[in-house]
Amino acid sequence: MTLKQTPLNAAHRAMGAKMVDFGGWDMPVNYGSQIDEHHKVRNDCGMFDVCHMRVVDIKGNGVRAFLRYLLANNADKITLPGKALYSAMLRPDGGVIDDLIIYFMTEQWFRVVVNAGTADKDIAWMREQAATASPQLSITSRDDLAMVAIQGPNARSKVWQVLPRTRTATEGLQNFQAADCGEYFIARTGYTGEDGFEVMLPKEKVEAFWQALNQAGIPPIGLGARDTLRLEAGMNLYGQDMDESISPLEAGMAWTVDLKSERDFIGKAALLANPPTRKLVGLVLLDRGVLRGHQKVVTAHGDGEITSGSFSPTLEKSIALARVPNAVQIGDAVQVSIRDKLLAAQVVKYPFARNGKGLI
Amino acid sequence: MSIPSNLKYTASHEWVKAEADGSISIGITQHAQELLGDMVFVESPAVGRKLTAGEECAVVESVKAAADVYAPVAGTVIEVNGELDAAPEKINEDPYGAWMFKIRPDNTADMDALMDAAAYQAHVDSEAH
Repeated sequence: MTLKQTPLNAAHRAMGAKMVDFGGWDMPVNYGSQIDEHHKVRNDCGMFDVCHMRVVDIKGNGVRAFLRYLLANNADKITLPGKALYSAMLRPDGGVIDDLIIYFMTEQWFRVVVNAGTADKDIAWMREQAATASPQLSITSRDDLAMVAIQGPNARSKVWQVLPRTRTATEGLQNFQAADCGEYFIARTGYTGEDGFEVMLPKEKVEAFWQALNQAGIPPIGLGARDTLRLEAGMNLYGQDMDESISPLEAGMAWTVDLKSERDFIGKAALLANPPTRKLVGLVLLDRGVLRGHQKVVTAHGDGEITSGSFSPTLEKSIALARVPNAVQIGDAVQVSIRDKLLAAQVVKYPFARNGKGLI
Repeated sequence: MSIPSNLKYTASHEWVKAEADGSISIGITQHAQELLGDMVFVESPAVGRKLTAGEECAVVESVKAAADVYAPVAGTVIEVNGELDAAPEKINEDPYGAWMFKIRPDNTADMDALMDAAAYQAHVDSEAH
């Protein structure tokens, strides 16, 4: 199978990237040391090629009403123009089709950003739902757009050096808010637990933008560090921490699921009928070793499983997200089966690190 | 980085160095450390353990992945490099200096079956395709 390439593929190779197959995309895993890249983002800034992610525009009368029914989180929470909301999109049985971010631009236009691996499935699902509920809506996959994430405490000021004319429109953005600056759609969002922007722009301009950011002193960061940054920040990865077989209530996403309001949404009845028996918790390994996905977690209340695990460069110890029985509590001592040994770990409240600091 | 000509190699990317006292020291190659990336954990075999050729006997873990290390020949573990416990990144910085453990081989002639630098280079090249 031929791997898909982003418009930055040649730039990555020229910058010395090690490329890997990431869900069918030829992507940079690192440009040298993944740990160094991780620290640069926590302490200064770095830039990520996220062109593989998909931008979808939903336009027409009644977008909000459609999203109110389509998504587990309540689109009514975002009323300030540009404001973003994180949500799960559920199957009728409550399984997670994808996790995504929606931006409220106008009552006629919401922008959605979905995961790369699920994009085609997501768009088909949205269109299927719209066909009956809101046939007047247009749902457009913005394959003409590219996306770059610039993250870290100094990310925003560096972006303003490169795009000075967007400063006025983006300086006042709250966390989780975007501004449409013509060719550049600039959102104060990210997947690292640091301040920064995600910038959407025309595909044909992205290589020049990438090089200009690099000239401004922003190093490129690979998917390896992206994964340890998001894990430290306690952010879920679709396909690892949850998927179509998992309820959002068992994936640490209860805060994004609005079960209290009268509003009906796809999957709501199933969630109410099936209260969660497991939950997602953080683990810190006390013994020497590295926690990894699918390792068994032995607790006093039954077994669980690690969904994402790695080494935390900020904490300099191994951390994980794990799905365990509900009765397991923060502070509990548990064991993780690694190869043929049971190693000691502790249940902790996550996130593990954000804004340059370890939180454990 | 060129492949040192004074060492022997395995298909599973260990390097093997014949020491003056008849023992051999074992580490992982430049190619292996580059594939794995930043090392964060090393698990060494116990001193005194008897190993058969090809047996899994140590583990290296990078941020990205875990990899087994195999005994290149049969023998007994006589020493492990404890320095790597606290500083596994030495494997990245100096792969051919960062030995992991030493074996006293059951039969020194077993070394002859291992690859020389040229054969290992050809092996690495063939895996790249």
